[in-house]
Amino acid sequence: MSECKISKDTPWQELTIGGNIYEAGNAMEFKTGDWRSVKPVFLSDKCKQCGLCFPVCPDDAIPVNKDQKREDFNYDYCKGCGVCSKVCPFGAIEMKEEGDE
Amino acid sequence: MEVSTFIYPYTAWTDSFVHTAFENAAATLSGAEACYQSMKKQGKLPEDSHTKFIAFGGDGGTYDIGLQSLSGAMERGHDMVYVCYDNGAYMNTGIQRSSATPKFADTTTTPAGTIIPGKMQSRKDLAKIMVGHHLPYVAQTIALNNFKDLYEKAEKAIYTEGPCFVNVLAPCPRGWGYATEDLMKINKLAVETCYWPLYEVIDGKYKVNYKPAKKLPIEEFLKPQKRFKHMFKAGNEWMIEEFQKEVDARWQELLDLEEITNKE
Repeated sequence: MSECKISKDTPWQELTIGGNIYEAGNAMEFKTGDWRSVKPVFLSDKCKQCGLCFPVCPDDAIPVNKDQKREDFNYDYCKGCGVCSKVCPFGAIEMKEEGDE
Repeated sequence: MEVSTFIYPYTAWTDSFVHTAFENAAATLSGAEACYQSMKKQGKLPEDSHTKFIAFGGDGGTYDIGLQSLSGAMERGHDMVYVCYDNGAYMNTGIQRSSATPKFADTTTTPAGTIIPGKMQSRKDLAKIMVGHHLPYVAQTIALNNFKDLYEKAEKAIYTEGPCFVNVLAPCPRGWGYATEDLMKINKLAVETCYWPLYEVIDGKYKVNYKPAKKLPIEEFLKPQKRFKHMFKAGNEWMIEEFQKEVDARWQELLDLEEITNKE
């Protein structure tokens, strides 16, 4: 059984021996974005690519491309903490209640 | 570290790691390092391989219950880095005080009320205890602005041969009682008030990396945190005064140490 099929309902007989994890970095498969109750919205026209937001993201949810430019949020992992929104000097990250459009 | 990086059945690590009881981190790592050196000597690993051994521990596991294993590993001179991320209490188990908790902080084991004014003892200065081990590199840092200070110190610690120690202040919104999104503001205030000075000690020589042009009063750091709320009640001004005095004394001591250790 692959570790990733293991849930809180898996009986102990079906857990991996010794609680071992056989795959490196498989936490990528654990999408924690659904913990979010507020959501950052990236306003690209206001963004000056100053580079202050992505280092502060605790979930590495602000992708940076090869040209060193940030792209839109990775909502699979963003937990909506709002730290990036506070450090943005240009108001290019707006926090919105999840579900509001 | 376990709860944030490898909750079964997931792991965030793409490298080899050992999870151990947290007070054993330094002892476990020093054993792994000794084994690595021995295998190299026996020819079981190539002579020119370079692996750095890094341990992470919180303030409870480092300042308190892991202090002897850390001291032992550092004294034996293993080629390793110990990183302490200090949020100033046992946050994961429910905000119990540790020896890293600042004086007057309200925690579940030092509740501020009519009997006691929060924690009654001062913070232990762990970086200075590590300096007392005469290590090649000791640093105190925090995530500030674009993380320059943190990156540079991490690099120095990892690429300096021998036992190195880095202490990082890591605010906890739940335990400190500030708004989650204000993380970087709190970090900045910790440095600007000189509550958490940025410094490094290279071969016994102190270097203070940042001296604020205008040191902010400690209230600026205390005010946004609920754990210090009682200090702002009428009649409790003495607590702020005492806190400020301690911050000033520790800051002055650091400046003096920098001057003394850099004397030709």
